[in-house]
Amino acid sequence: MAEFGSLKVKTGLAEMLKGGVIMDVTTPEQAIIAEEAGACAVMALERVPSDIRAEGGVARMADPTIIQSIMEVVSIPVMAKARIGHFVEAQILESLGVDYIDESEVLTPADDAFHINKHDFKVPFVCGCRNLGEALRRIGEGAAMIRTKGEPGTGNVVEAVRHMRTVMSDMRALSVMPKEELMTAAKTMGAPYELVLYVAEHGKLPVVNFAAGGIATPADAALMMQLGVDGVFVGSGIFKSDNPKARAKAIVMATTHYNDAKILAEVSKDLGQPMTGIEISTLTDAQRMQDRGW
Amino acid sequence: MEKRVGVLALQGAFREHRQVLKQLGCDVVEVRKTSDLEGIHGLIIPGGESTAMGKQLQINDLGEKIKELGAKDLPIFGTCAGMILLSKTIIDSDQYRLNLMDTTVERNAFGRQIASFETDLQVPAMGTHPLRAVFIRAPYLREVAPNVGILAEFEGKIVFARQGNLLASAFHPELTPDHRVHQYFLGMIDEHWVK
Repeated sequence: MAEFGSLKVKTGLAEMLKGGVIMDVTTPEQAIIAEEAGACAVMALERVPSDIRAEGGVARMADPTIIQSIMEVVSIPVMAKARIGHFVEAQILESLGVDYIDESEVLTPADDAFHINKHDFKVPFVCGCRNLGEALRRIGEGAAMIRTKGEPGTGNVVEAVRHMRTVMSDMRALSVMPKEELMTAAKTMGAPYELVLYVAEHGKLPVVNFAAGGIATPADAALMMQLGVDGVFVGSGIFKSDNPKARAKAIVMATTHYNDAKILAEVSKDLGQPMTGIEISTLTDAQRMQDRGW
Repeated sequence: MEKRVGVLALQGAFREHRQVLKQLGCDVVEVRKTSDLEGIHGLIIPGGESTAMGKQLQINDLGEKIKELGAKDLPIFGTCAGMILLSKTIIDSDQYRLNLMDTTVERNAFGRQIASFETDLQVPAMGTHPLRAVFIRAPYLREVAPNVGILAEFEGKIVFARQGNLLASAFHPELTPDHRVHQYFLGMIDEHWVK
């Protein structure tokens, strides 16, 4: 008897992605470049975050034709984004057979109070977080993988760093807390008690945690890895740079050899200009994607 | 025997293998470059993406060095992506491989993630108690040469096989608490180094 869609199977795929780079792509050609560079998965999109940011308006799930055309040309897993709370977009993506759904703040939220009940699906979900409470709420709703939100489409890693440091320090705090304090900690951070207990006991999240939002260079990827993430998402950082092929390869190498400064120096050479970054303080509240999610 | 076991750590679930091996009392080395292969008694190639690992195996001859060791009978165990990389023939793919086992493998052979599953697998070599096996976008072996021993099948498909010093599973024994598969591989290491 085969059991499909179990938590083991959902979190298991994320385990297999570890130490790897998941790249945003908008065309089959880009997907092939990503696979050739050694990406462990691709995120199929209509527009990368920096274009969504520049063009404004409502950002929605990509046209299924784009997603399918990308699924046809690569053998690695293909992920796609649904709007926060838009469970019908998620149903559509599941029916297309995508390997992972990102319930993503990069798209315009469809629900301003609730996320998707991800337990309802056989396809696994990844969700963004800025702190431990947010991560555990998403896991409580059924997310099988977590990523930092960072500030997408900025090419500025500072927010991803902040979010990762916050998650790590929240976890450290729980791991030394006496048991009688954990219920109040759960209440304060708005997280399910059972998951707070898990983190307190194990000192880590029950699912894989990637970095996302603002990673633009091999050094950025290695920085996030050294801070303790399991792998990285690179959105606009690759195909908005001068030399996507070389940069994609370099970021893959940097993610594997994140602790070897000599290799990092080698792979950082001659990559051309990275994407133009945005200083976070110049963003208005409405432009901050990381504040989406409840 | 104190066993020093390498785990290929380019990408994928290498940490889980390391944890299991540590629990079984091994000295574990994460292998990212050729110098990491020195002095190991066996090597595990973990699950992950076989194309992603294949790209990095081609850098600085790491793959070629592993091939050489495998050809000289170093015990090597490949899980999932590892099974793909060990096989000589990969259906519909010209991707990099270690080319060690006389097997024909089909990638994502059960389907995409939505078709991933777990099941109880009968593995006679591991005793009568079934093994909980997790299959994630798993491959299976379409064909094997007569010198390849079949250790387990699922619905008529070969999912676990051994050819001398080489062991390959389509499923992920590192994701379940039952360590019989790793113990079996450590037995292969003993056989090789103690004789």
